[in-house]
Amino acid sequence: MTQFTRRGLIASIAAASAAGTLSRESFAQAAYPSRPLTLVVPWGAGGGTDATARIVGALLEKDFGQPVNVVNRTGGSGVVGHSAIATAAPDGYTIGMVTVEITMMHHQGLTELKPTSYAPLALMNEDPPGVQVKGDSPYKTVKDLADAIKAAPAGKFKASGTGQGGIWHLALIGWLQAMGLKPDHVAWVPSNGAAPAMQDLAAGGIDIVTCSVPEGRAMIDAGRAKSLAIMAAERNPMFKDVPTLNEALGINYSVGAWRGIAGPKGLPADVQARLVAGLKKAYESKEFTDFMTNRGFGIKWADPQAFAAFMEDGDQKMGAAMKAAGLAKA
Amino acid sequence: MDALSAAFVLVADPYVLWVVLASSLFGMFVGAMPGLTATMATALLVPVTFFMPPVPALAAIVSATTMAIFAGDIPAAMLRMPGTPASAAYTDESYAMARKGQLDLNLGTNLVFSVVGGLFGVAVLIVAAPLLAEIALNFSSYEYFWLAALGLSCAVLIATLDPLKGFVSLLLGLAIGTIGIDPAAGFPRFTFGTVELMQGISFIPAMIGLFAISEILRSSVAMEGGFEAVEGKVGSIFKGIGAVARRYWFNVLRGSVIGTVIGALPGAGADIAAWISYAVSKRFSKEPEKFGTGHLEGIVDATSANNSALGGAWIPALVFGIPGDSITAIVIGVLYMKNMNPGPMVFIQNPQFIYAVFLIFILANLLMLPLGWAAIKSAKVILRTPRNVLVPLILIFCVVGSYAMTNSIYGVVVMLAMGIAGWLLEENGFPVAPIILGLVLGEMFEQNFMTSMIKSDGSFLAFFERPIAGVLGGLTVAVWGLFAYKAVRGLSGLRAATA
Repeated sequence: MTQFTRRGLIASIAAASAAGTLSRESFAQAAYPSRPLTLVVPWGAGGGTDATARIVGALLEKDFGQPVNVVNRTGGSGVVGHSAIATAAPDGYTIGMVTVEITMMHHQGLTELKPTSYAPLALMNEDPPGVQVKGDSPYKTVKDLADAIKAAPAGKFKASGTGQGGIWHLALIGWLQAMGLKPDHVAWVPSNGAAPAMQDLAAGGIDIVTCSVPEGRAMIDAGRAKSLAIMAAERNPMFKDVPTLNEALGINYSVGAWRGIAGPKGLPADVQARLVAGLKKAYESKEFTDFMTNRGFGIKWADPQAFAAFMEDGDQKMGAAMKAAGLAKA
Repeated sequence: MDALSAAFVLVADPYVLWVVLASSLFGMFVGAMPGLTATMATALLVPVTFFMPPVPALAAIVSATTMAIFAGDIPAAMLRMPGTPASAAYTDESYAMARKGQLDLNLGTNLVFSVVGGLFGVAVLIVAAPLLAEIALNFSSYEYFWLAALGLSCAVLIATLDPLKGFVSLLLGLAIGTIGIDPAAGFPRFTFGTVELMQGISFIPAMIGLFAISEILRSSVAMEGGFEAVEGKVGSIFKGIGAVARRYWFNVLRGSVIGTVIGALPGAGADIAAWISYAVSKRFSKEPEKFGTGHLEGIVDATSANNSALGGAWIPALVFGIPGDSITAIVIGVLYMKNMNPGPMVFIQNPQFIYAVFLIFILANLLMLPLGWAAIKSAKVILRTPRNVLVPLILIFCVVGSYAMTNSIYGVVVMLAMGIAGWLLEENGFPVAPIILGLVLGEMFEQNFMTSMIKSDGSFLAFFERPIAGVLGGLTVAVWGLFAYKAVRGLSGLRAATA
């Protein structure tokens, strides 16, 4: 954190003195970006989204030669930060990291904001959900667990991983529906995120946590939890021993938490092109790939058009799933 | 052991040592200035720690508060004005000693036994916190529910002199805590359709307002220059301390134990610890008639107690995320900011940071001897600082700090609103500390209740089924029983008085 800040400070001093040497006229006409950028993050400092935003910010800073300040605007289940990105001036100096919640919150009636409220720039990451159980759980494979769930009465098994109607809740619902069960066959216990849910799992308060495997890593490494499967098309190279649902159960269901960069609607075309080029360069850099794979985070690229289509598709799927589960506001 | 050596490396960083020294000097100054409290020192450090890595950030808070609690004893003896509320219990006693010409002995005793008490509290923290964390790893929402209930109940029982007003403050805090997105169902409450209110009342800006802005308002009502009339002349302060230690060693031990326990109880901090241990000292003294005439005995108890309370308060804060006092309430916010979410997991994920905090605590308490001596020697100069320079500086720090917490003007608005509310409340005898406890514990209380009910399919019995939950539940019900008993006795006493 300090590193970025100090570098930002030095860079802004350098930029200020450089600007001083230019004539007023050439400064006014200087190509974008001619001053520091703000990258808004709707989630707290230190989390996975924050870490991803900070590495992207640092790489953009190198490319643009302008400081990129990462600003956390947290709270309100992500509404506060997402709103700050959408309502910023569309000059390219305020952009932000939008997350999967933008395709979900408006179905719940929390906000009017939806994917079309933004100028999409790039998709950078996607993480599939996992299926975690307690370290000393009797279920050795995801098949054991699935059989036990099917045999048990509705509501006996309790699962957690995020708040009510959050992405990991929908992952559970999707998995249950793929097995031909009702969305509430396993009861959802809302939590303040993946870490408290994993702690409650280890303490024996709940049976299953459907967060992504990297989020559960600390408890898994400590031997207090184990991951039985991931809901993705392929295994995660960082967690090679964890099979996919398709391998274990023949269920081809996958949904993921994703993170991308977007700006407010109405960005000038040249500014947008410059941002996308910078993001593409950052995405392809060795620093970014190393950083993400070391943490077990998935990487996934989409340019503005593809990102918009990706969000639109996700928005419809989420809407349908939330309606089926009774989570959508009519 | 790897974590311990990693912690040594973290602490030995020249940057960290520099931070410890700088914040110690800052803490000495804030503590010695009447009207500026240790909690305020912590609140003022928030914007500074925002730009630091975790270890120096925590080092700054630990060192500043350790020094501030001792430094509050200096103006107590010299001016009959406690530097912080933690010295209020024995201010009159200290001043009476100074009038008798025993200023040196008084300040020496305060310094040496503050160090001893501080080290005792840290020792308990070092031993108890990791053990409790191991147990807490098996805590589910039932146990956390009872812990939150116990914390809220204790706040009313011991943390205030007027339980009824304390209870009103606590309910106010709980009410403010319901603003924002409901932790269980994700439904927005009391937001009036505004996006900013969906994040709730951010509690660090609220704390800065309640503890710093309200104090600024109070002092600007009675603005004055520095303090001129300093009593007596300081000589050799360490003379005769050995004799005091031999005579009152048991008082030191008793004060330290009481201080640590009260520090660890939610809601009560160094100030309550000093009041209670002073009262205990008087109650069990062989010569209680000497108390109040400039007698050293009670001071030894209380000055050990208020410094040991600091370490004690970190135990529930680190292990359960429940603040032991108002300082650690801010610490919890800083921990979240640094991604060291308090709770048993931090002992597994980042044990080196926890050990680093322990080492800094020891270091700060040892550093207190030379710095405290220097502060006593230069007290006259420090106390001459004009308040009309100090107060605007504090205001700037308050604004910057609350802006930094939310990255928007919203934090500043919350801070100012809570500051005015806090001032009005305190002027009318309502304590502000229970508001913070309600704000911090309210969400924990509600969320763990809701998730427990979902898990147990609506059965209340589940709250007593797990063994630890059962014990905690029994304890909480016993505390409530004590309330009821006191209320009934109070009523019958009232009836007897009016009859």
